[in-house]
Amino acid sequence: MCNVCGCGAGETTIDGKAVEHGHGGHFHVHADGTAHDHDHSHNHAHDHEHAEAKHMHYHLHEDGSSHEHVHDHLHGHDHQHSHDHDHSHTHGTTHYGLGPAGAHAPGMSQSRMVKIEQDILSKNDSYANDNRSYLAEHGIFALNLVSSPGSGKTTLLVKTIEALNNGMKLAVIEGDQQTDNDAARIRATGAPALQINTGKGCHLDAFMVGKAMTQLALNDDSLLLIENVGNLVCPASFDLGEAHKVAILSVTEGEDKPLKYPDMFRAADLMLLNKCDLLPYLTFDAELAVANARRVNPDIQVIRTSATSGEGMNEWLDWIKAGCSKAVSRKSIDGR
Amino acid sequence: MHEMSLAEGVLQLIEDSAKTQNFSRVRTVWLEIGQLAGVEVEAMKFCFDAVVNDSIAQGAELVIIETPGQAWCLHCAEVVNVKALYDACPQCGSHQVQVTGGNEMRVKELDVE
Repeated sequence: MCNVCGCGAGETTIDGKAVEHGHGGHFHVHADGTAHDHDHSHNHAHDHEHAEAKHMHYHLHEDGSSHEHVHDHLHGHDHQHSHDHDHSHTHGTTHYGLGPAGAHAPGMSQSRMVKIEQDILSKNDSYANDNRSYLAEHGIFALNLVSSPGSGKTTLLVKTIEALNNGMKLAVIEGDQQTDNDAARIRATGAPALQINTGKGCHLDAFMVGKAMTQLALNDDSLLLIENVGNLVCPASFDLGEAHKVAILSVTEGEDKPLKYPDMFRAADLMLLNKCDLLPYLTFDAELAVANARRVNPDIQVIRTSATSGEGMNEWLDWIKAGCSKAVSRKSIDGR
Repeated sequence: MHEMSLAEGVLQLIEDSAKTQNFSRVRTVWLEIGQLAGVEVEAMKFCFDAVVNDSIAQGAELVIIETPGQAWCLHCAEVVNVKALYDACPQCGSHQVQVTGGNEMRVKELDVE
């Protein structure tokens, strides 16, 4: 279809008026192989009646023969052009439709269109990449722990730190809207912790985390645990430079949470099904919760944990240790 | 309300390009938002209007181009359309689908003066 006037479709209008062009010296080759050359001024709303005459037609037929004729006519013909060819217009038409927008709005000049083509999160992503390369250079394994409020993140974290504390260097970044209660709970274990208060913000971003990383003076070959703001929505979109997002779902929530908040469970590589010691007292269907998570993210790994009974803790700790050794060995490979 | 942060990200991109492209007012902003990007279009419009107040984009029209969600179905071995992240393949019902499109959030272009 001609994308100036819409001939072939005959529906392009500007402010309700059909677009009219003076075409001169058109040479069309159609899909069926016919070609014609004509000089006329017309309104391309096809099914058109030529009031004006004198067409110079050059036909090339399927059988290879061709003829040329000049005739005077006044006719109404059903002009079924299948205009799916690329024809270059050399006549004096300013083609707004070929501009960066591929379209044009009345009163707007093409020259003042600025092409951006940048991801909205590109700023965050560039900070995240800085964080990621810093972490890689120093062999630090970073995890971004995400969940809804009250899933037992901090308790699980405290137990994790207590179990890892002898032998592994680690640091914690805590994100909450207000208070430094969580950082205080972590510090009580002896691990260095920094609290980020996001104020009205609903998530940590890569810039905040980068700053916190500098302040914490992280050790080489260590573990960085980032406890995000309790929120299953926004933290999914903000890359912090971590190796993995770990989603924590507690069995006191609904089995359908992964379906209700699919972005988060899709962004996560590991799901901890937490508070599993409470399962006997609840109607929570753990299998269904896992199945729902896999519907959103077929590759998600799942570990059933309980900070209270210690269930699954070894598997979780082994998973962390494996990640840490990988980060260390990657550093030595990349550093060479 | 991460649409607020996203709107701030949009404004940041606009202000950055205002410096490099020398413009002082933005009249229209085109955003491309995928169906699976987790962005609420109405909330985005609301936040954008709030964020651009007293900026070079004050009063600018926000045009959102929504792109369809697409995924690669492992069973069918072809690209299928999906409406949500947890959708099964519309052809075979499998959940073994990898999202391939419709999760973008981009500032496409600006009409400026």
